[in-house]
Amino acid sequence: MTQLLQSAIIFGTVILFGALGEILTEKSGSLNLGVPGIMYLGGIAGLASAFAYESSTATPSPVVCLLLSLVCAFLASMLGGLLFSFLTITLRANQNVTGLTLTIFGGGLANFFGGSLNKMAGGVGQISVAVTSGAYRTNIPALANLGWFGRVFLSHGFMVYLAIILAIILHWFLTRTRAGLNLRSIGESPATADAAGINVTRYKYLATCLGAGISGLGGLYYTMDYIKGTWASEGTIEALGWLAVALVIFSIWRPLLAILGSYVFGVLTWLYLYIPGLDRQSLELFRMLPYVVTIAVLIFVSLRRKPENQPPAHLGLPYFREER
Amino acid sequence: MSTVRHNEPLIRIVKRDTISRPKSWGIRIAAVLLALLISGLFIYSVTSLNPADVYKAMYEGAMGTTRRRWITIRDVMVLLCIGVGLAPAFKMRFWNIGAEGQILVGGCVTAWCMLNLGTSLPTPVLILLMAVISIVAGAVWGILPAIFKARWGTNETLFTLMMNYVAIQITSYCVALWENPAGSNTVGIINQQTGAGWFPDLFGQAYGLNVVIVLALTVGMFAYLKYSKQGYEIAVVGESHNTARYAGIKLSRVIIRTMAISGAICGLAGFLAVSGVDHTISTNTAGGRGFTAIIVAWLAQFNTFIMVLISFLLVFLQKGASEIASQFNLNDFASDVITGIILFCIIGSEFFINYKLIFRKKKGGAKA
Repeated sequence: MTQLLQSAIIFGTVILFGALGEILTEKSGSLNLGVPGIMYLGGIAGLASAFAYESSTATPSPVVCLLLSLVCAFLASMLGGLLFSFLTITLRANQNVTGLTLTIFGGGLANFFGGSLNKMAGGVGQISVAVTSGAYRTNIPALANLGWFGRVFLSHGFMVYLAIILAIILHWFLTRTRAGLNLRSIGESPATADAAGINVTRYKYLATCLGAGISGLGGLYYTMDYIKGTWASEGTIEALGWLAVALVIFSIWRPLLAILGSYVFGVLTWLYLYIPGLDRQSLELFRMLPYVVTIAVLIFVSLRRKPENQPPAHLGLPYFREER
Repeated sequence: MSTVRHNEPLIRIVKRDTISRPKSWGIRIAAVLLALLISGLFIYSVTSLNPADVYKAMYEGAMGTTRRRWITIRDVMVLLCIGVGLAPAFKMRFWNIGAEGQILVGGCVTAWCMLNLGTSLPTPVLILLMAVISIVAGAVWGILPAIFKARWGTNETLFTLMMNYVAIQITSYCVALWENPAGSNTVGIINQQTGAGWFPDLFGQAYGLNVVIVLALTVGMFAYLKYSKQGYEIAVVGESHNTARYAGIKLSRVIIRTMAISGAICGLAGFLAVSGVDHTISTNTAGGRGFTAIIVAWLAQFNTFIMVLISFLLVFLQKGASEIASQFNLNDFASDVITGIILFCIIGSEFFINYKLIFRKKKGGAKA
């Protein structure tokens, strides 16, 4: 049980980052389907920068490793978001098409360099950034040893708590600040927001780029903590990215619910290990659960028609002032 | 008298009323050339290879021999089939992101037929049966989100997206169920000895039947969208739900019917991929083509003949890039990078086709 919850939290954190970024983006009315690609970019940028630093110095300092990869991952993902924003907001391209292209591009770029890094380090799966990965997985032993509670909740690297803190900040930002209110109004009705004097373009750009940066941290956490500073070109990040998009719906666009939702997804993902007598076939059906649950939530929300649970009204639709 | 200072922006964006065909194609070709330039820079900066050699190798990889040409054609046909399936849904502004899943369920039922009925039915009957069942399976997968969209306005982009993963897990389940040999986690080539349920050669070509089916669909869909009453209804619904209601079009019926057609053709693409190409089933049967086809359908603006061109361009790039990968010892994902760059450029170029930029005139030239 402890084991299950512990791995659920680690799994959940990956998609929590992705979902938090996407919530911020979607609240501005942009449906960025490039989340998997952005998470790929974050993952590879963190890994490549750490690898470059670790192999250039004899005694790499964990703090530098950590900061460098964190900053690089965030910036690379933001560049992905910037590309999406430029195409959809300035060049008025379709959001779905641009997002999907970003997923293809991000995945391709990351796996291309990931494969090259593996080759440089000698063979598949050989790349390892032990120091950086260690820094990400450092915990406080005194807390981690506090019985089952410590093992489940206090034994993780700092990124787990960073995700929770980010979710709380995001919640506070969206519900308690003027800028958050403006952002939400753009997602609901950009024309109204525009008439009220809010700079729609600037808000959308910022929300999409920062959102992408946050999503990218999910990819970073995956490479550094989940698979311990290695690279595998097998498309797991893509699946996780789509799961993050699902989580946004599951948590009905609320950051605090996303924390809970991500751990629920984590439990659903690992539960099969703890069910006796499950054969391989049923295991595959079992893995369907998070998606089925998400569909159920999507249907339920649209049936109930409660306004506060709906997706942003202008989600995925373009806004051009002169085309009303 | 003081002059009024107008704060004219440096660049104004004006929507074009019309654009001549040569001009719009000129812009598109310029975009592709720009993309090739950027990709060339990318290749050069990573590998220091001469991009011209690389592009030559790409051509060799896609079109070098008769066999390679046929493989390119084969893959174009599958991608085109999916794109044709997506066209009616997109024209209705219904975001069917679920092609991937619709292909897979179509593929799964096809594989089931090949495995279980392969020996007991004659090939023509079997092929017809598989086509029908895969069409039904794809249609069911497409109708589900459509019903909820039509009745309760459930967001179709997210719904169809999630349906993909349900289908992927069903496929994994089937693969685990049918795996051969045991423990390999693949189904292997189905009916390798008998070839039961495989497409027969047509005009002496293994992929002749694929070409015939898909081209017939392409022409049929073009006519359906352009000349039929239902096609017109789709266009009206896509432009405005309110107009459609006012004109007496039954919205929910059009939405559900169109998605049934869309899902059905995508299901048929799954049949094509399993029975006509791979002769096996795996979660890679769709291989992201359901997503790529979305881009194909959108860029072609629902014109199925333009889809032929775009599908060809994309498959050409993929084949070419995997050839470079093996010739120059790069890895396969280079093709995704190049595809991404080209798509970004084409997506961006649409802006310059729909809008024109008017720069602020130099001082003295402008009058209020």
